[in-house]
Amino acid sequence: MNTNSNAYTFIFAIILVTVVAGLLAFTATSLKPLQEENIRNEKMQSILSTIGINIDRNEAGTVYNDYIKKEFALKSDGTIDKNPIEKAFNINLKNEIKKEPTKQRYPLYIAELNGKTTYVVPLQGSGLWDAIWGYLAIDADKNTIVGAVFDHAAETPGLGAEIRESWFEEQYIGKQFLKKTGDFSADNYVSVRTVKGGSKADDLHGVDAISGGTITSDKLSIMVEERLKHYLPYFENN
Amino acid sequence: MSVENEALFSKKNIKLLTDPLDDNNPITIQVLGICSALAITVQLKPAIVMSIAVVFVLVFSNLIISLLRNLIPNRIRIIVQLLVVAALVIIVDQVLKAYAFDVSKQLSVFVGLIITNCIIMGRLEAFALANGPWASILDGFGNSAGYALILVIVAFFRELLGSGKLFGYEILGHKAKTIAESTGLYHLGYENNGFMLLSPMALIVVGVIIWLQRSRNRKLIEN
Repeated sequence: MNTNSNAYTFIFAIILVTVVAGLLAFTATSLKPLQEENIRNEKMQSILSTIGINIDRNEAGTVYNDYIKKEFALKSDGTIDKNPIEKAFNINLKNEIKKEPTKQRYPLYIAELNGKTTYVVPLQGSGLWDAIWGYLAIDADKNTIVGAVFDHAAETPGLGAEIRESWFEEQYIGKQFLKKTGDFSADNYVSVRTVKGGSKADDLHGVDAISGGTITSDKLSIMVEERLKHYLPYFENN
Repeated sequence: MSVENEALFSKKNIKLLTDPLDDNNPITIQVLGICSALAITVQLKPAIVMSIAVVFVLVFSNLIISLLRNLIPNRIRIIVQLLVVAALVIIVDQVLKAYAFDVSKQLSVFVGLIITNCIIMGRLEAFALANGPWASILDGFGNSAGYALILVIVAFFRELLGSGKLFGYEILGHKAKTIAESTGLYHLGYENNGFMLLSPMALIVVGVIIWLQRSRNRKLIEN
């Protein structure tokens, strides 16, 4: 058999590619449910860790409903979306932030822990290289942050990637995004920013930025400010 | 060819297995696969998972290419090799995402980059295309084990000296905010060497291994 003829080369390539494609399609489809469950559990784990519940990823699914009492999606005017297309938990913020702000849905999770209400706001934005996201837990006064979790797809290790480290996340605890509690007007909204060179000790609205990770820090500030802003109308009316 | 008459673990076959562990190590002698050796050796666990992934990919791609070696059209052989390697790597990646989610997050792109690991294409081109299946399996296992060996040694030192842990367990004591609250070595004022966590130190550790290996075995020194 002449393995160097054109016809043979084509036939060989076609057969091999078909076999490989079939094999990969089979693998991907059969493992998909497990992979999706991992991603769901990780999301639950992140939400729970913002309210101070640190548990193993595999257990997150079972205790999630013990703490998170309500979850729904908001419209841009702050009212609850009564006819949701999909469950608030399943809303993919990555797709959502590409839409016009008025067409987006804003998921909100309400946790009850020891009789105290905590709001958990999901965040999504772009970092230096790829997506960044996270969750902010907000106290019942609707101003003080009680927990923060951030994560990233591809920020620089040791620099921008530090946003997922606890030293960075813990800085957000106790910070406030409003100048005066209870006033939800745009003038009063200051968000919580990362401050290059370090925030002052008494600064309620700033945290230390990451040395060498200025762009990621700035992008994270932008994400927090942009996302949190959309929840002000709901906080004002509820 | 007298393959049928040859014992499975003949002297020649054993050599295929053991040579790459030391005298012909892919990392320290051939200086291949350095990129991933720098990137995923901060901790032992990802280094070991990466090693297992490379063993799997190299053994099976060597075997498949060796079985197909008389059928592969010469002109597209590199693409065929790439296709086989890429398919195996994607399978590994999917399995990790399903069964070892945390590790797969830590390894992130480096699993995908096994495709471009020179050790794999190098063995396919240099060995599997010209040798039988059994010899190719041994060669693949030997070479990937040689890679794994260096990875684990480097990761051991980087995790131990960089964060005072092994497999995530604090073995040098617990480091608290103050020296008084710390236990073990940290109580005596020991500090972790943060530099060990950065890639340049992996290169230096590999360099030290190369130095030790060559000072022990003078025939490896090039003039």
